[in-house]
Amino acid sequence: MSSTATFKIWRGNSDGGEFRDYQARVDEGMVVLDAVHQIQAEQAPDMAVRWNCKAGKCGSCSSEINGMPRLMCMTRISDLPADQPITVEPMHTFPLIKDLVTDVSWNFRAKKTLKPFSPRPPDAPDGTWRMAQEDIERIQEFRKCIECFLCQDVCHVLREHHLEEQFIGPRLFTFSAALEMHPLDTENRLGDLRKLNGIGYCNITKCCTKVCPEEIHITDNAIIPLKERVVDQFFDPLTRIFRAITGNGKR
Amino acid sequence: MVQYDTHEHDVLVIGAGGAGLRAAIEASAHGAKVGLVCKSLLGKAHTVMAEGGVAAALANVDDRDNWKVHFADTMRGGQYVNNWRMAELHAKEAPDRVRELEAWGAVFDRTADGRILQRNFGGHRYPRLAHVGDRTGLEMIRTLQDHGIHQGIDVFMEFTIVGLIKDGARVSGAFAYDRERGLFHLFHAKAVVIATGGIGRAYKITSNSWEYTGDGDAMAYDIGAELMDMEFVQFHPTGMVWPLSVAGILVTEGVRGEGGILVNKEGRRFMFDDIPENYRPQTADNEEEGWRYTQGDKNARRPPELLTRDHVARCIVREIREGRGSPHGGVFLDIAWIKKRLPNAEEHIKRKLPSMYHQFMKLADIDITKVPMEVGPTTHYMMGGVRVDGDTQMSTVPGLFAAGEAAAGLHGANRLGGNSLSDLLVFGKRAGEYAARFAKENGPVAIDRDQIEALGRRALAPFENNSGQAESPYQIQKELQTQMQDLVGIVRREEEMNRALEVIAALKQRAGHVRVEGNRMYNAGWHTSIDLHNLLTVAEAITRAALVRKESRGAHFRDDFPNKDPALGGFNVIVRKSPEGMRISMEPLREMPAELKQIIEEQK
Repeated sequence: MSSTATFKIWRGNSDGGEFRDYQARVDEGMVVLDAVHQIQAEQAPDMAVRWNCKAGKCGSCSSEINGMPRLMCMTRISDLPADQPITVEPMHTFPLIKDLVTDVSWNFRAKKTLKPFSPRPPDAPDGTWRMAQEDIERIQEFRKCIECFLCQDVCHVLREHHLEEQFIGPRLFTFSAALEMHPLDTENRLGDLRKLNGIGYCNITKCCTKVCPEEIHITDNAIIPLKERVVDQFFDPLTRIFRAITGNGKR
Repeated sequence: MVQYDTHEHDVLVIGAGGAGLRAAIEASAHGAKVGLVCKSLLGKAHTVMAEGGVAAALANVDDRDNWKVHFADTMRGGQYVNNWRMAELHAKEAPDRVRELEAWGAVFDRTADGRILQRNFGGHRYPRLAHVGDRTGLEMIRTLQDHGIHQGIDVFMEFTIVGLIKDGARVSGAFAYDRERGLFHLFHAKAVVIATGGIGRAYKITSNSWEYTGDGDAMAYDIGAELMDMEFVQFHPTGMVWPLSVAGILVTEGVRGEGGILVNKEGRRFMFDDIPENYRPQTADNEEEGWRYTQGDKNARRPPELLTRDHVARCIVREIREGRGSPHGGVFLDIAWIKKRLPNAEEHIKRKLPSMYHQFMKLADIDITKVPMEVGPTTHYMMGGVRVDGDTQMSTVPGLFAAGEAAAGLHGANRLGGNSLSDLLVFGKRAGEYAARFAKENGPVAIDRDQIEALGRRALAPFENNSGQAESPYQIQKELQTQMQDLVGIVRREEEMNRALEVIAALKQRAGHVRVEGNRMYNAGWHTSIDLHNLLTVAEAITRAALVRKESRGAHFRDDFPNKDPALGGFNVIVRKSPEGMRISMEPLREMPAELKQIIEEQK
């Protein structure tokens, strides 16, 4: 039941490039990454593509397929329109290295600037803690993140305005939410979120949520609650008076 | 003259999966200046794929559990050719290593009283696997990564090591290229930790990513370190078989731990048909008891689906070979059936096995809460690797350490599920600690330009090949994978393995005539051609070791010697480089101390 499909794949580097057409054999169940590998092995041996697990668990093969930010390994060819070529191009937000590979190192540098996990003293004499399952479920959702950076790719604050110096993007808001809502954590990141990490730039268009391959409710469950906490701490007059009296506690 | 940049460290860690990250964190904690090199981006290494859980006798769910039971389970699963010292340290230290992760931010699933929850897994007597749904590996690697980036470690992402260099007998560093620009780098270090994972890419059907090309085994072998137990390759019983493009992707043992059953096309639950003698006392003899076990009944014994992986894989192969397989050449793994037992089964499955649900839904249009999956064995894990000292993880080359899947010993002839995540924590820590100590206690090492020149020339050869032949590295890799699958796979025979040696020799010849196109910038063809050296080295080591073990034990099954040979059970197969080529020897196991022997007797 083999058929043939045309792939338009971006070839080039930071100096420029172009879409090139390739024909690939398509069998039942194939994903875009299979076709890219086939083309690499048979027609374009030096083509650059990042991948690892091929099972949607590592978040390496992020790209834009027919203009949508997606993982190549989780995009079935049969789910794409059969009557037109399939375009595969690198993520637009990050600097291009070569072909489908971009320089995503900014995400790693930005993460390093965030305050790390800082647990309260252990609950039990043996050095362990107690947490209820229902209290960790919301951060377990955030911890599903595979760091594919598709949410960063689609976010207009980064994609169009390139505010990387002032804004950490949806991935790192989700990361911050996982820390802020961790039942054991004692750190307060709300001041940083407001001043250094630019949470105010997010105008909750939910593009990040739409592209998340892990289906994390980035906007509703991570960003909006963080925004509310920032507002509570810095703009709510009652809280400000309370804080002035009691000191800057973590809620 | 080869051009390169030089980086100076006390300890160089190669590989940034769980073992490498844990080693780097520990070495740094001991005051060493640490470099960490990885082929991919940070957090993408194979640990991320681990699903079921991390084995540690925390005794949170069943208070009968302790290190002695875990030790005995590990030795029994490994058919007693394990390095008993490693099995002992592993069982004793795993609980602390897991608790430490919690202090670094890991969020494991909880028991009703708020402690770390543990689940059943094959070969473990009690519920022992701390887990996070079926994405435990992701939780672990992310925790180690997010902790590790604040420990002053120099991380080099997307760098590949071409080979190690020596100063006399001692390792003195590693020669590398960065994938992005293709430029060379010298890592000058007083101690080196190999944490490069496994060899799955030597086979066609595998759960492993492109990275698993046996780099650490091959680079250690090349400078004279001994490899051990290379014949023991684990074929995980349940990989996806359909669609073909996803064949080999892992289906977690957690499915069976949660009550999933294996059936053939006749609807028969065939695992009850063949229960090995040494597991009979702890295996359920009826379906009812097996179900109760998966639901936490402490008085029930495990269902036969949770026997060790080597045995389950062979039973599946038997069903397929005898014509009772599923339409696409596997057998059926059914978790949907539990709706007969549980009122809210669909939600329960989605909560307990979220990524399995997602994986089958997305890749195969199969809703596992409604219909059975089709599964078959997939190359999964290398029990063998660099031979190390149990306490320090140092190899037979001074200053060269190894940990995790790249090291041999802990798992013997077959690894229990969950024991790899604990392995990489326990021995990653030990390797990091002892590498830092070694660096402190031993003076500087010198660099030998000739060795660097030789490695640089080898790396660049595919660009400079003027032999008139132009072999494709992808084609050679593919042929090797197909032949290893057919000739040195789950069921092995002498004449087939001899044929495999001829194939490997011929492919080695052809690998010398590889030609790559383009320049050195992020050139996948070039990268693949450099990996070939490692793949061919480990393929030969596996085949030669499998030839001399003329018995069937654990993951190593010989059709021509289908039984265990008690005499061979006293030996490990050792592989080392010699001027005449690969040398194989049998070395007796070290005598086990009486107290450990007694534990094994008591736990029988």
